[in-house]
Amino acid sequence: MTQAPAVSVKNLESGSGVGEKSAHPDVPDAESRAWVAALRADGPRRDRAVAELHELMLRAASFEVRRRGSAFPHLRGGDLDDLAMQSADDALMALLGKIDDYRGASRFTTWAYKFALLEAAVNVRRRAWQGRELPLEPETWELFGGSDGSSPQAAAEQGELFGELGTAIAEQLTPHQREVLVAITLNDVPIDVLADRLNTTRGALYKTLHDARQKLRGHLADRGMRIGAETAGEAR
Amino acid sequence: MRRHDHEGLLRALLGPEGPQLTCEECFEQLDRYVELELAGSDADKAVPGMRAHLEGCPACHGDHESLRTFVRSEPRPHEGEAR
Repeated sequence: MTQAPAVSVKNLESGSGVGEKSAHPDVPDAESRAWVAALRADGPRRDRAVAELHELMLRAASFEVRRRGSAFPHLRGGDLDDLAMQSADDALMALLGKIDDYRGASRFTTWAYKFALLEAAVNVRRRAWQGRELPLEPETWELFGGSDGSSPQAAAEQGELFGELGTAIAEQLTPHQREVLVAITLNDVPIDVLADRLNTTRGALYKTLHDARQKLRGHLADRGMRIGAETAGEAR
Repeated sequence: MRRHDHEGLLRALLGPEGPQLTCEECFEQLDRYVELELAGSDADKAVPGMRAHLEGCPACHGDHESLRTFVRSEPRPHEGEAR
C-alpha cells in the first residue's frame, strides 16, 4: 500500500504555492510549516515525518562525507557510508532538540541541511585526524623571511613586516593564543579537531584566534607598518 | 606545514578587518544567508559581519561552501514533487 507523504501542503492554504517563499522574511512558507506541524504531531504522522527528514539529512550527509572524504584517501567507501549514517542520526537528534528555534528565516529543508552538513564535516575531520599528533608549533620560522620575487624595496618591507609578525607571535601572544594561531593558520589543523583535543568548542577557539590576530594587528599598527594597501592602524 | 604565498600568509595570520559574527551566530544565520545569496539578494547587507567571519574562520567557510553547493544542487521546490 502506498502511504501518503507525511508532510503535505496540498490544499493547506489557497494561494500559497509549495515552496513559495513567504512575503515576510520570518514567516515560514507552506511546505516549511507542514514540516514543523508534522514533526510536532503525535503517532504515525510524526514517525513518517521523522523518517522522511532522516532520508533528506542522510542525502546531505552523504554529499558532504564524499566531498570532504576525497581529501583523505585512507577513508574508504564503507567508512564514508558509516560516517554519513552516523552524521545523519546525530544531526536529526540535534535538529529535533531545536525544532522550537526554527523561525522560518529560510526553507525548513535548508535549515535541516545545515545540521547534517555540519555534523558530517566535523565527523570526517575527526576521523581523518584520529590518532594523529597535532602540530602545534611551526616546523620552521623561516617562512617569515625571504622574498616572493617582488622588487628589492618591496622584499625589504615584506621582510620587516614578517619579522615583526614573528616577534609579535613569540612575545605578544599568550602560549594558548600562539598554540591556536599556529595550529590553525600555519599547520592547517581543523578547528573542530583542535577543539576536541583541547576540550573546548569551535566558537571558543575562534575567539582565541580572533584575539590573537587583533594583537598582531595592534603590534604592527604601533610600528606604523602597512598591511597591503592600508596601515595596520586603519585596520584595527 | 603548508607553504603560503606572502599575501595568503598575511591573510591567515591577521584575519579579516572589521566586526564579524561569532561561530555560533554564523551557524544561526547560515541558512538564511545562503538562500539570500542564491536568490541574488544582498546577503552581506542582510547579515552584517557574516562575510568577514567566513573569511576568518576556515571551518565556517567550509560549512558555507557546502550548504550553498548542496542547496544549489537540489531541485527547486516548484521543480520537484509536492511534499
